[in-house]
Amino acid sequence: METDISLNNVTFAYRRQPILEDVSLTVPKKEFACVVGPNGGGKTTLLKLILGLIQPDDGQIRVLGTTPEKARNRMGYMPQYAHLDMNFPATVLDVVLMGRLKQKAFWFSAKDRSQAMSAIDTVGMTPFAHVGFNTLSGGQKQRVLIARALCSRPDILLLDEPTANVDHETEENLFSILRDLNREMTILVVSHDLGFVSKYVKTVICVNRRVVIHPTTVMDGTMIKDIYYGDLKMVRHDHRCSQEGHCND
Amino acid sequence: MIEFFQAVLDPDNRFLVYALGMGGLASIAFGIIGTFVTIKRISYLAGAISHSVFGGIGLALYLQVGQGITWFDPILGAVLAAVIAAVMVGLVSIHAKEREDTIIGTLWAVGMACGILFIDKTPGYFSLSSYLFGDILLISQKDLLFVIGLDLVIVGVVVLFFNQFFGVCFDTEFALLRGINTTFFYLFLLVLTALTVVLLVRIVGIVLVIALLTIPPAIAGFYARRLWEMMLYSVLLCAAFTWAGLGISYQMSLSSGPTIIVLCGITYLVLLALNRVVLNLRH
Repeated sequence: METDISLNNVTFAYRRQPILEDVSLTVPKKEFACVVGPNGGGKTTLLKLILGLIQPDDGQIRVLGTTPEKARNRMGYMPQYAHLDMNFPATVLDVVLMGRLKQKAFWFSAKDRSQAMSAIDTVGMTPFAHVGFNTLSGGQKQRVLIARALCSRPDILLLDEPTANVDHETEENLFSILRDLNREMTILVVSHDLGFVSKYVKTVICVNRRVVIHPTTVMDGTMIKDIYYGDLKMVRHDHRCSQEGHCND
Repeated sequence: MIEFFQAVLDPDNRFLVYALGMGGLASIAFGIIGTFVTIKRISYLAGAISHSVFGGIGLALYLQVGQGITWFDPILGAVLAAVIAAVMVGLVSIHAKEREDTIIGTLWAVGMACGILFIDKTPGYFSLSSYLFGDILLISQKDLLFVIGLDLVIVGVVVLFFNQFFGVCFDTEFALLRGINTTFFYLFLLVLTALTVVLLVRIVGIVLVIALLTIPPAIAGFYARRLWEMMLYSVLLCAAFTWAGLGISYQMSLSSGPTIIVLCGITYLVLLALNRVVLNLRH
């Protein structure tokens, strides 16, 4: 099977504090993986390493057969929206068009605009295209940011906490959009919330300083305790574990 | 008010015409750069740059008057200090994450202090208040040419690189992923801010710079839906405040810089309060 992302013994520390240690991981093409783990466990760091925004202290990262920097143009990224200024004067279309920014172009072309409009359509936000971004609800903003990540037609889509602060219905909605997109692209979703892991997700990657590959048989309380250092409840009916990670039937 | 218009038309009062022209032309630079400073939330970087300008002015006076290097005039010193400060402040804000505000605060104070030390060592007496609080009525033809040049540069650059600046201001990380050289555009923006600040110092002085740079965009932000709208409104508001402030200060024999700032500030606070009331009524 073709590999889209591979990490080989990757280590990353921030101010001598290890965030990720000796992580090896492969993500095959057309994968739909969910990265889970506690806050501060290194989930966002993992995404940023894959995007080449930060460099590993040790180990190699390959994305789409090349370095993360060179593969950037073929990745779509949706950051946590909490870090964006919500009073920024921009319409939905303005925000989505950012996904069409190019190194060597001054203005947006008609093609850029039509691609942006079709990305807006994909996430069902067409009626809001000319509405101020700051007037939208949390779930609508997340959809707009997904559209922004989409409109460069990426091969890999990386989403950081797309379901933070949205209600259950919106979450379902987002995941059915992602499932459709998964037919064309590899998707990696970060979540701090294990419980949400949608039935569309094919693989679960557990990150807490190490990326843990669990024994095949048990997806039980001990394993969750290992990741989260505490007891949590989890109900899963359609789950199977393997050496490669976990997957659904 | 009629008196003021008569005074403007009087050929003896050429300085008033210059002042009004300067106010209007400078508003183009202020409105555009001020919008960036406001949305990128770097008004304290602009503050540090403006206080460093004083160091440059002090150095220039010292070299010009004290050491007889006549070509080194204060405006050259100001431009030099502003650009150096902009690059330093920019690099600090990119690289020194957790100590950013301390370092910038230090640059701010040291720049200002150096200016005063240079002036101490310069023979003769200098009225510092026109540098600190500005004096638009001392504007010369050379200043007007400087503003026109700066306006052309800023408008040209912003029209060409609007999308890049938009990206860098809204979401630097994402812009970087799209292949934009975000460090370059950020420093470029700070250098343009520095040049604008030098201009502002002539009009409202070092101490009041931040107010004129950020209040008109803050008001524009209440009504603008898009970035270019915010810039346009800021330019118009800035011109209106400068002209009205000039008229009032002339009429009532007040300092022009502080009059302009008080006018800006009061308008902003009143509108802020009104907006709150309207919001509360709606809910």
